Amino acid sequence: MSKVQLTNVKKTYPNGAVAVRGVDMEIQSGEFIVFVGPSGCGKSTLLRMVAGLESITDGQIMIDDQLMNDISPADRDVAMVFQNYALYPHMTVRGNMSYGLKNRGMPKEEINQRVSDAAKMLRIGDFLDRQPNELSGGQRQRVAMGRAIVREPKVFLFDEPLSNLDAKLRVQMRIEIKRLQRRMNVTSIYVTHDQTEAMTLADRLAVINDGKIEQMGTPIDLYNDPATLFVASFIGSPQVNLLPATFDGQHLISGDVKLTGFTDLPVSTDLVLGIRPDELHLDDGGQFPMRVDIVEQHGSDNLIYGGILGAMNEGEEETEFCFKAGQDMLPDLESTLMLGFNAERAMVFSKDSGERLR
Amino acid sequence: MKRVQFERSSIPFLFVAPQIIIILVFFIWPAAQAIYQSFLLEDAWGLSSQFVWFRNYKDTIFSESWLQAAGFTIVFSTLVTFLSLALALLLAVKANEVIRGASTYKTTLMWAYAIAPPVAGLMGNLMFHPLIGDLYKFLNAIGWDFNHKLDSFDAGFVVVLISVWKQVSVNFIFFLSGLQGIPKSVLEASMMDCKSSFRRFWTITFPLLAPTTFFLMVINITYAFFETFGIIDTTTRGAPGGATNTLVYKVFQDGFRGADLGGSSAQSVVLMLMVLALTIVQFRFIERKVHY
Amino acid sequence: MKQWNWRLISTHAILIVGVIFMSLPVWVAFATSTHSAEHILRNGLQFWPGSELLKTYNEVLFVDGGVMKSVLGTTMLKNSLILGFGFAIGKVIVSMLAAYAIVYFRFKLAVPLFWIIFMTLLLPLEVRIIPSYEVMASLGLLDTHFGLIVPLIASATGTFFFRQFFRSVPDELLEAARLDGATAWGFFIDILVPLSKTMIAAILIIMFVVGWNQYLWPLIMTTKEENYTLVIGIKQIYQILAEGGELPQYQKAFALTILATLPPVLVVLVFQNWFVKGLVESEK
Repeated sequence: MSKVQLTNVKKTYPNGAVAVRGVDMEIQSGEFIVFVGPSGCGKSTLLRMVAGLESITDGQIMIDDQLMNDISPADRDVAMVFQNYALYPHMTVRGNMSYGLKNRGMPKEEINQRVSDAAKMLRIGDFLDRQPNELSGGQRQRVAMGRAIVREPKVFLFDEPLSNLDAKLRVQMRIEIKRLQRRMNVTSIYVTHDQTEAMTLADRLAVINDGKIEQMGTPIDLYNDPATLFVASFIGSPQVNLLPATFDGQHLISGDVKLTGFTDLPVSTDLVLGIRPDELHLDDGGQFPMRVDIVEQHGSDNLIYGGILGAMNEGEEETEFCFKAGQDMLPDLESTLMLGFNAERAMVFSKDSGERLR
Repeated sequence: MKRVQFERSSIPFLFVAPQIIIILVFFIWPAAQAIYQSFLLEDAWGLSSQFVWFRNYKDTIFSESWLQAAGFTIVFSTLVTFLSLALALLLAVKANEVIRGASTYKTTLMWAYAIAPPVAGLMGNLMFHPLIGDLYKFLNAIGWDFNHKLDSFDAGFVVVLISVWKQVSVNFIFFLSGLQGIPKSVLEASMMDCKSSFRRFWTITFPLLAPTTFFLMVINITYAFFETFGIIDTTTRGAPGGATNTLVYKVFQDGFRGADLGGSSAQSVVLMLMVLALTIVQFRFIERKVHY
Repeated sequence: MKQWNWRLISTHAILIVGVIFMSLPVWVAFATSTHSAEHILRNGLQFWPGSELLKTYNEVLFVDGGVMKSVLGTTMLKNSLILGFGFAIGKVIVSMLAAYAIVYFRFKLAVPLFWIIFMTLLLPLEVRIIPSYEVMASLGLLDTHFGLIVPLIASATGTFFFRQFFRSVPDELLEAARLDGATAWGFFIDILVPLSKTMIAAILIIMFVVGWNQYLWPLIMTTKEENYTLVIGIKQIYQILAEGGELPQYQKAFALTILATLPPVLVVLVFQNWFVKGLVESEK
């Protein structure tokens, strides 16, 4: 049960590249935090700084009110699951799991006890005497988790642990990680670029962009109430529909499309309107005429893609929208659908700053 | 370099110390000594010596015997490199083609790698022995007035043949592994684009082998310069009349047999510069390869 | 009618000629070594084994005053084995330690030290023969195992090989080990050395062959016959044959050649896969 606290943490590499630009964060005991963001945004660097694998240029990292900046990784009492698992290839599963405990001088009986408990929990008891290269991807993943679990660390760190697994296994392991974390109640930090993983696993998630935290909060808050254009477009699948627009005092205007229901927006600055695909609905009096381009049938629902007639984006092409509809909805290609939306639920951003205006 | 390294401590010094100490004592010191001595002229009894700047260099490098050795070294290295590479490439391509017996061919073509050059030299020496050597008898029987003890061309023929024989297996191993490293899909694609297997080899396979070939050229030139010492020392010993002296063999002869320290050291330094040039060429190339 | 595949036949023909070219000299050397000296002098080289195999090899190995007049074949065999194994083992240890320091530690002198090691490539023994002899003589190391082996093991080849291999080891292994509390020495012994097993084996094999086959260095480092290796012993044969005499012992010359060839060839044949892997990897 441990608290993790980051205060104005910065990372600049010797070659001058800035990876982390000042991060403040307080992680409560037992909380499951996910860092999510595009590749190269600094999320892995931040995690590795918590682990002690990356030096801290500026700021403080505290675990349980203890300053960690100059403490070696081995003494921080954290355990990490790596993307490529980093299992010791020449050791058995048992050897892999007990190596860290042996180095800490733990008595043999206790090591065996912990290894067998963890193995039971992860259902890898039958493989304890095999070597990593005799295991499947999913089994290796479990061993990597087991190696972290036996340590009973203060903090679990996960660095994209599921990205080497196939889609089906990834979903299974995702659920399993969540269940384990609930059961063990250990503070965890999990890095991923996959927004679905982030949404489903996190108690709270931090969207990171260009070395800064864009927004931090519960998954549903970030989905419903994103603070920036970046967060809105990163969270949610399929992605939010974005329409460049301007405001003339009464209407939001995008090419030939004029939308009502908006007030109190700055006039004559470039804006972006954001509408989630599931906020659109069929409406004969709707304001978006969409020419159907492609229909993807996902089973329970269909995703209909098409251009909005008259609404040109910067590239002078019709803005592409995605409309999430039920499985019965199968319009002909090239037909035109009239779509309406709820102005209350729509989001408006400043195009330049990315800031949410309403 | 590694993303994460161990922090500063004295451990790394302990780890590199054995190697560095050995290098300083047994490599750097003698090399410095060679450079120093190359500027000295000793009197006939080795009692006093005099600093003579580049006189040793001038005296040796412009001497007829050094120029003769240099000429022979160039011809010898070119022949050995070209012949052993060509032969090894032919065998590797063929060995890569067959399915039946592939591993037997591979084993029997590569094992000569393990034979030391002087041993190969001695074996060749006996094959060409005037009394019992079948090769000697055979060459004379087909009308070649062959005598490698007296004729410098014949002597050169013997050292080239033995040196090529000794080097084929190393080149074969590298060529074969280079050939096996070419992705199968590339070769399959070329089969659809080009009907002639001969043309395919020269337009697709050979260019893809270029890195291996270049690397082997450097290795073979080094071999012909230095490692053939053992072959020459057990066959012709530079005879007749210094016709088969390589530069390295001459350093040894002048230094140990002739006791001409200054001259021999000057030759050593010239050789060091040659190795340096070879190494630079090699590294230039490796750098370029990295950029691909 | 069965169609002859001329292409396949020519391929095999070329390969068979190649195999004969590479193997026949050694076979002839072996076959000739099993005949008597008189027989060889009368009939030349032999292509089939004769009846004197045991006699010749027994004399070469165990009878004092054979070709060498003063040193036994077994003594030279022993010296060769010491050189081969000593060189291989010493080289692996020294170069692994150095490569580990260079790859896994951040320290100021890493770059200059790396260049010192690199310089050994520019200084092959052949360009510093005479001063090396003088240095060894002044240190009193002539005719010692130490003086024979140690100066040979410091060249860069092994260090570069391990450096290359260590760099290919995933970074995450060190990171995981550090989180697991491994020390610098612990990581080396527990993780890196076991991980390098195949590489170590490959290097041991190659270096055994290289060490066994050393010629110039032992030639100048040994003055007493009792310290000769087999490869050096060869030189004496050359002299004896060159001087002629009433009945040159050709069969013994050939027998010694075979003895000097057999151990490294066996090692290469038995460990062929490791050997090829090591040889090819080392040049990347």
